[in-house]
Amino acid sequence: MPKITYISSDGAEHVVDAENGLSAMEAAVRNNVPGIDGDCGGMAACGTCHVYVDRAWLGKTGAAREGVERDMLSVTDGAADNSRLACQIALTEELDGLVLRLPSGQH
Amino acid sequence: MTQAAGDAPRRVVVIGAGHGGAQLVAFLRQFGFAGSIVLVGDEAGIPYQRPPLSKAWLKGETTLDKLAMRPASFYAEQKIELRSGLRAEGIDTAARQVRLSNSEQLGYDELVLATGSYPRALPLVAAGLGNVLALRALPDAEKLRAALAPGKRLVIVGGGFIGLECAATARDLGAEVVVLEKAPRLLERVASAPISQFLHRYHEARGVTVVVDASITAVEGQGRAEAVRLADGRRFACDSVLVGIGAVPATALAEAAGLACDNGVCVGADCRSSDPHIFAIGDVARRPHPLYGTALRLESVPSSLEQARLVAAAIAGREPGPPEVPWFWSDQYDLKLQMAGLPVAVDEVVIRGQPEGAGAEFAAKFAVFHLSQGRVTCVEAVNQPQAFMAGRKLIGSGKTVPAARLADPAVPLNELAA
Ligand SMILES: Cc1cc2nc3c(=O)[nH]c(=O)nc-3n(C[C@H](O)[C@H](O)[C@H](O)COP(=O)(O)OP(=O)(O)OC[C@H]3O[C@@H](n4cnc5c(N)ncnc54)[C@H](O)[C@@H]3O)c2cc1C
Ligand code: FES
Repeated sequence: MPKITYISSDGAEHVVDAENGLSAMEAAVRNNVPGIDGDCGGMAACGTCHVYVDRAWLGKTGAAREGVERDMLSVTDGAADNSRLACQIALTEELDGLVLRLPSGQH
Repeated sequence: MTQAAGDAPRRVVVIGAGHGGAQLVAFLRQFGFAGSIVLVGDEAGIPYQRPPLSKAWLKGETTLDKLAMRPASFYAEQKIELRSGLRAEGIDTAARQVRLSNSEQLGYDELVLATGSYPRALPLVAAGLGNVLALRALPDAEKLRAALAPGKRLVIVGGGFIGLECAATARDLGAEVVVLEKAPRLLERVASAPISQFLHRYHEARGVTVVVDASITAVEGQGRAEAVRLADGRRFACDSVLVGIGAVPATALAEAAGLACDNGVCVGADCRSSDPHIFAIGDVARRPHPLYGTALRLESVPSSLEQARLVAAAIAGREPGPPEVPWFWSDQYDLKLQMAGLPVAVDEVVIRGQPEGAGAEFAAKFAVFHLSQGRVTCVEAVNQPQAFMAGRKLIGSGKTVPAARLADPAVPLNELAA
């Protein structure tokens, strides 16, 4: 069970024990982490699961994927080169310790 | 509207454990509400997502575990009392009590109706035709899934989103599919003509028989539907029929309690009904939309979530977020449709990209922007997430954009929306 830390824009930390096979959006929703609502259920259609990957982890998560994910993020306010849609990050043991930061203003 | 923490209500009862109800109770805890929460739902089991029922779940691409909105343990962890398999049968608004199907009386300080909607029935169908199906809940989807296999003939009555999504899934599973739509075009009430025409061609290219202006005169067969007959004499033999002709808001409980109802429970912009202690959200609520002024009953996940967030904030005594641009998505074959806004007072329609093409292989990627006095009021995007995101932003900001630049694929969308 990888441990994932979500840090909200006001600095509050939520540490979650995620099941393997879930996405970083699903793990947040299942643990009621505020700021990741996942309105579209993980279809990369809504943009309500935008996160910044802690730079130390970018090598393991990879950057946003070419195609829908990158297209969505290219028009998202505040998106940067370490932005991902959490629903497109599949959690594995390899990501144990992953740190994700939430943008401000994401409900 | 905001309450001081001291007089926060003690017990919130939510009727309907679907998308809106289940999200509302989670938001209440996220927003720090510490009182007791009871979520009553007449379906078995834990709340789940409906959108995959016509898509990934029907195709067998997802599991029950993933379909669930949250695991069963969530409700206990968050001290949310989930009462599944129970129906609310009456509301005593004076005593602030709800009567459940097991005769239990539940007292409330605030009540939220999230009873959703149910499929409209096709009047011509004789009772007891076991292979005439509708799709709303998990048991419906299980029946439909059992009816889909290579060579099975499915007649879908209604060319709306659910009908078309099921048509796409049924084709992917190898079934033979006929879609009968009574209007002159598919999705007449919910999408623009260019989208309808494109989808009509796309479904035909994938082997679906699409009939518009279809006037059904009979569903033939005894005990089982054997064929659907049209006024023009055509007859479509079938192994099963799926009826997807719209949804009816589940207002019976609200009406019996004397709440104002008119195609939905009438609520204010804050989702409060005519009784100050009863809110209504989701498919069942008709609400004056803050961005459009007119009262709308929207049937979509995003709308039910916006309203869930709003009501949870009001009950928890927290500032509500800004109004959200209504939007919707649909997946059919390899097409990702995303639409935002409403086509209100449109004086110009701009198409960006190329909707034309034929055969099963063409790559579809285009968007339709609807403008009113130079401002985008609605965007419909096919495999163009950027256009959707840019359109949604432009609708929210009300910024004017030159139509020619919107239409020009060489002008970056993030620039236009910035
Ligand atoms: C097959 C399908 C596909 C869809 N696809 C999409 C999509 O791609 N995108 C999108 O945005 N939307 C989609 N929708 C629409 C979306 O699912 C609904 O808008 C959303 O579920 C509405 O949420 P709700 O809480 O208002 O109602 P619901 O989710 O319907 O929940 C209402 C619940 O209340 C229960 N209930 C009713 N009366 C009582 C009572 N008296 N006592 C106890 N319980 C009661 C019902 O049984 C139900 O469980 C789809 C819907 C279906 C059916
Ligand atoms: S959950 Fe909607 S984009 Fe990730």
